[in-house]
Amino acid sequence: MTAPTLARQIRAHVLRMTNRAGSSHVGSCLSVADLLAVLYAGWLRVDPSRPVDPERDRFILSKGHACAALYAVLAERGFFPVERLETFYADGSRLIGHVSHTAAPGIEASTGSLGHGLAIGCGMAMTAAVDRRSSRTVVLMSDGECGEGSIWEAALLAAHQRLDRLVAIVDANRLQGLGEVNDVLRIEPLADKWRAFGWSVRDIDGHDCDEIRAALEAMPFETGRPSCLIARTVKGKGVSFMEDQLSWHYRAPTDDDLVVALREIEAVS
Amino acid sequence: MRNAFFDTLVEIAAHDPRIVLMTADLGFGFVDRFATRFPERFVNVGIAEQNLAGVAAGMALGGKVVFTYSIGNFPTLRCLEQIRNDICYHRASVKVVACGGGLAYGSLGTSHHATEDLAIMRALPGVVVEAPGDAREAAAAVKALVAADGPAYLRLGRDERFVHRSSPSYEIGRAIEVRAGRDLTLISTGGMLTTVVEVADRLRSEGLAARVLSMHTVKPLDADAVLAAARETQAIFTIEEHSLVGGLGSAVAEVLAESATRVPFRRFGLPDAYVSVAGSQEFLLARYGLSVDAILASVTAGVGVPQFR
Repeated sequence: MTAPTLARQIRAHVLRMTNRAGSSHVGSCLSVADLLAVLYAGWLRVDPSRPVDPERDRFILSKGHACAALYAVLAERGFFPVERLETFYADGSRLIGHVSHTAAPGIEASTGSLGHGLAIGCGMAMTAAVDRRSSRTVVLMSDGECGEGSIWEAALLAAHQRLDRLVAIVDANRLQGLGEVNDVLRIEPLADKWRAFGWSVRDIDGHDCDEIRAALEAMPFETGRPSCLIARTVKGKGVSFMEDQLSWHYRAPTDDDLVVALREIEAVS
Repeated sequence: MRNAFFDTLVEIAAHDPRIVLMTADLGFGFVDRFATRFPERFVNVGIAEQNLAGVAAGMALGGKVVFTYSIGNFPTLRCLEQIRNDICYHRASVKVVACGGGLAYGSLGTSHHATEDLAIMRALPGVVVEAPGDAREAAAAVKALVAADGPAYLRLGRDERFVHRSSPSYEIGRAIEVRAGRDLTLISTGGMLTTVVEVADRLRSEGLAARVLSMHTVKPLDADAVLAAARETQAIFTIEEHSLVGGLGSAVAEVLAESATRVPFRRFGLPDAYVSVAGSQEFLLARYGLSVDAILASVTAGVGVPQFR
């Protein structure tokens, strides 16, 4: 499956899941759909038949509230049956509302409290380095999440340890809980901050699958430095009435919303 | 206990390549003995405890057995959520080590007093909580924790005293009977053991045979040892260098309250308050009734009153 096709599948699943569950964070899921699609359409060396192979690449979704998108891509890649996505949020289901390693094979780390993923990813990359393994580690976080001090503790260490098989992707969708990131707590210039912390940085369009793929292929951008992708995204991407709308951080699509949204997703070629 | 901890860790690491030692820039004069022998398996993350815990979780999920070392509350309270979500929820083999449990850092003040750590760590599902009673127990605890999968908290005292003459038989979750006795039971955790043994020896000279249990594992608590003490002796006292809220005394009380036994019971520990005066560990312990004399007087008075007979 090509990345754009996989991205479309992720979006459709996410819309159905959040509609059925009446759950939040659909906008956050849609903003990372293309990133996840490129990662799982072939770049990440992961294999559902050997989910704990020591040589595998590790992916951590640090913005754990976008879990529906991760569950969707893992199901599409065969880590668990696609039908199980229908149990998202349901009483007694393993598909919990923030990423949980207990939900399915292929989930490396549980998240949900922001600012935890990069440190865990650093540790995984450090173990791989000590053990002379070729595994790469990717941590996807959000721009609002960069308000957490723990991100910057980990950013310092990753550069100090010269973890050049570690990639941090910042889903820069410019919106967080109560408003625009730069109105709540100014985070720009984001790329300069990561550079100042010792990372090699590329600023890309987070919805252009070719550009995402090319950037990932180019890692490490510099030998001896961890790589940071600032992915410029649109919250709610792909559904016109959700795009760039803060309210879709919390709102769940109604049945009517779902019909219109799916039609828009399918129309994308 | 620090010497025992670091020497034992070096000894284990020599034949167990999984062992990693991480610090948040503390352990001057101690970490070197590990770092010089195993430079690839020693990480100083800098002054960043949240990162210490999170990175440790990541390394452990890759197959390492990671000891995170710091002092006082820094490796626990400062990064409690990382311990809960990153270490404990994943059942990662990270052993969180705090040197200076209780009032060990005396005059350094409240910021350096770890007096709620046992209660807080005990509340986390799946974590083993160890507070060895002397240097020999500490050495044994390190070995036991490496052998046990999953997360743990190890509280060390700063002193290097010995209660046991040789390495005791040490099992996580099993109290060590340090003195046998049928009149009353003194249950100690952590570095209070030296004091408690002295109390027991003085009681013996007064004709009272006190059983002394070193309850080095606060979680999972040795309920059998507590219930045996309730059946076989006339009174139970718990002694801890920790707040009376939620620590050893609370854990023992939970066992007793839910049992059919009726035994006089009293807790010795720190009041529900912050220490706001300077003072050595010895001075502060005495101030809060945790000296040999104060415990002895309370135990003797307690055992002397009718409901204790």
